Amino acid sequence: MNIKKAVGFYETFERSGSPSRDTHYCAGCGHGIIHKLICEALVDFGLQDQTIMVNPIGCSVFGYYYWDVGNIGAAHGRAPSVATALARTLPGKTILAYQGDGDLAAIGFNATYQAASRGEHFATFFVNNATYGMTGGQLAPTSLVGQNTATSPGGRNPAFEGYPLHICETLNQLKAPVYIERCSVADSKRIMQTRRAIRKAIEIQRDYKGYAFIEILSPCPTNLRANAVEAARFVTEQMELEFPLGCFRDNTADAAPRVLRSATTNLHDLYATNAITAPPPPATKFVEKRMKFSGWGGQGILSLGIAMAEAGRFAGLHSSWFPSYGPEQRGGSASCTVVVSDKPIGSPDTTEPDVLVCMNRPAFERFASTVRPGGHLVCDALIGDTTDNAPAGIRMTIVPATKLAADFGVPQAANTVMLAVLNHLKASGIPKEQMLAALDASFAKKPKLIPINRRIFDQATTWCEENLPK
Amino acid sequence: MTIFVKGNEAVVVGALFAGCDAFFGYPITPASEITHAASSQFPALGREFLQAECETSAINMVYGAASAGKLAMTATSGPGMSLMQEGLSYMAGAELPGVIVNIQRAGPGLGNVYPEQSDYNQSVKGGGHGNYHSMVLAPGNVQEMCDLTIRAFEIAFRYRNPVIILGDAVLGQMMETLTLPDQESPRPDTIAWAVAGTAATRKNLITSIFLNAPLQEEHNIHLQQKYAAMTDDVMYEEYMVDDATIILTGYGISSRIARSAVDELRQRGMRVGLFRPITLFPFPTQALQRLAKDRTVMAVELSNGQFRDDVAFHLGCPIANIPLINRMGGMLITVEQVIEAVLTANK
Repeated sequence: MNIKKAVGFYETFERSGSPSRDTHYCAGCGHGIIHKLICEALVDFGLQDQTIMVNPIGCSVFGYYYWDVGNIGAAHGRAPSVATALARTLPGKTILAYQGDGDLAAIGFNATYQAASRGEHFATFFVNNATYGMTGGQLAPTSLVGQNTATSPGGRNPAFEGYPLHICETLNQLKAPVYIERCSVADSKRIMQTRRAIRKAIEIQRDYKGYAFIEILSPCPTNLRANAVEAARFVTEQMELEFPLGCFRDNTADAAPRVLRSATTNLHDLYATNAITAPPPPATKFVEKRMKFSGWGGQGILSLGIAMAEAGRFAGLHSSWFPSYGPEQRGGSASCTVVVSDKPIGSPDTTEPDVLVCMNRPAFERFASTVRPGGHLVCDALIGDTTDNAPAGIRMTIVPATKLAADFGVPQAANTVMLAVLNHLKASGIPKEQMLAALDASFAKKPKLIPINRRIFDQATTWCEENLPK
Repeated sequence: MTIFVKGNEAVVVGALFAGCDAFFGYPITPASEITHAASSQFPALGREFLQAECETSAINMVYGAASAGKLAMTATSGPGMSLMQEGLSYMAGAELPGVIVNIQRAGPGLGNVYPEQSDYNQSVKGGGHGNYHSMVLAPGNVQEMCDLTIRAFEIAFRYRNPVIILGDAVLGQMMETLTLPDQESPRPDTIAWAVAGTAATRKNLITSIFLNAPLQEEHNIHLQQKYAAMTDDVMYEEYMVDDATIILTGYGISSRIARSAVDELRQRGMRVGLFRPITLFPFPTQALQRLAKDRTVMAVELSNGQFRDDVAFHLGCPIANIPLINRMGGMLITVEQVIEAVLTANK
């Protein structure tokens, strides 16, 4: 008999542990035929060197024994994720994923659906034999109603096991896929149609046009407890009733080659706008300051803290900023802690701040008693009457920061007023020059606001000179 | 040159200077800023960024890119890290390099988004199925969030093994000054093993399956030898230890709080020092053993003693010998709490 030798396979299957050309598949199994059709196409198109096959879990886990291309084994159901990364990091290569029904339609269905929806640039060969082959004939998402399996011993009962999943039909709801077809390897006529579909899917990859999905109905004689002929008949007479063959979509002619990313900057320039040469450390000793800023979200608490931390940094000090975050930032209170020091900072948090800024009443009630003896407590007049509960032994200053900001024409600038107050009080120990530099830096992305906030800083400073005790 | 950034953002700086080709992630507080920064900065350099549909997919994307010899990474927090354990086991089995950043939050379950260090065992002892270890690096400041990310890629490719950066919510969320790296790292040579869709790599194979049990055992022995060799790369920091009679030990944010406590206690005339492991696997066992001789060692951590137990294990002493200073549930230890515990232990 003159049988055409399969091409694109290794000469002998050394990886199987035996130097023969026998496969590990059962007689009558469809995998061998599908393997052959894929490899033949890769050889015909001259793609062997540039092809990577993502091997699945299941009977075809050992596909790499045979196909002479680059091979990667993926975890159960994860081939679409692996193939996605390959396609995106190796543009121009031919990426193929080979998956069975448990792998693709059960554990990995979301990965398949999402990859298809993104229009990832790879082809999937989905071998549907309506059962779990390697694991021992258990119920698959594609098992037929009434089908006896190791885990549906009375036959698949829709009341308990639901209905078979139709993957081509489901993927066909998505916009991105270029080509979707269901075919079969149950007889020679159908095999020729499968051959055409496989070649088309691979051509789409070669031409870099996008996602292709081929479902192939395939016989599993061993788990059907059938001989090869009966198993093939099961595919054509029963599976095809549930899973009709045909092309669901073919947009090959219209599909444009995928667009690649291109760099818009380089690593050096990426950070250049925010980068400064490290300032020299201060000439004189600096006593570490721990500062807490607290108030409502929207009062600019966090950016006030950043400005103070940046001022410390500009002064050549070690500087840290640690915010409240998470659900709190979506309304309600906001707070942050800033530490500036002439030595590496230990804890970036504090329970006894040297400086506490309270922009609302709850902050005052919660934190005022924590200020270290001799420390500064600076409050917005918004906190209201404090005659009954002003803490003793600290320097307390009340400033109508929110009102002043509105008076100065920028109601949102209460935090800039507060920065000026802290500077006037010399609360942080950081020189004015660096405070102003930090104020400017905080508006680096909106430079128009720099002169406005400088003006407010100056007006607030004047207000402090006129209204606060010397 | 220096910039002022969150620890989470510093991770991305480090990744880009390491030459990282691709970032695959899924947002989760308190790690999201890593994904945010990556989403703009990777594409700006023509590199790949993709927000995956889940953490399971993200880690398998890292697996895929690593298979091709690419530098790939992901970042997450506890719940996502749990989902990634499968992929980490496969990466370890298939000997794939990659960097996984875990900005720890409080657990178990959904827990909350505040700092904890309760993923210690998960990270250091394997975490997924099988006899494997990831190398685990624990940064202690924003600079190290960047620098150790660069180091992580170098180590990952040298050993062909996943490397975990075990941060925490404080390190991720806080801002500090970051000195930018001078230049991008040299690219590792992967042609001998990667599957890159080229003639030179066509015969390469990435898999973690050895159906033949003797071969699987051989593979396991090879992995164990690799993990043993990693002790060459241990890193740690000692602070004020020379004359110390009490050694505090902790990693990440706990070490920062302990450092403040050391400073305060020194001012009170107490001889206290700090031992900070920077590699958690491999653990700097010899260095700690040397230091612990005739001294009291106390563990500071944001977990239930996972770290303390490991310290006792590495010192070969009963757990009861190592006092535990800890908080859980997203509560930070205070400097005062550490001081109080040291004073109590020293009575």
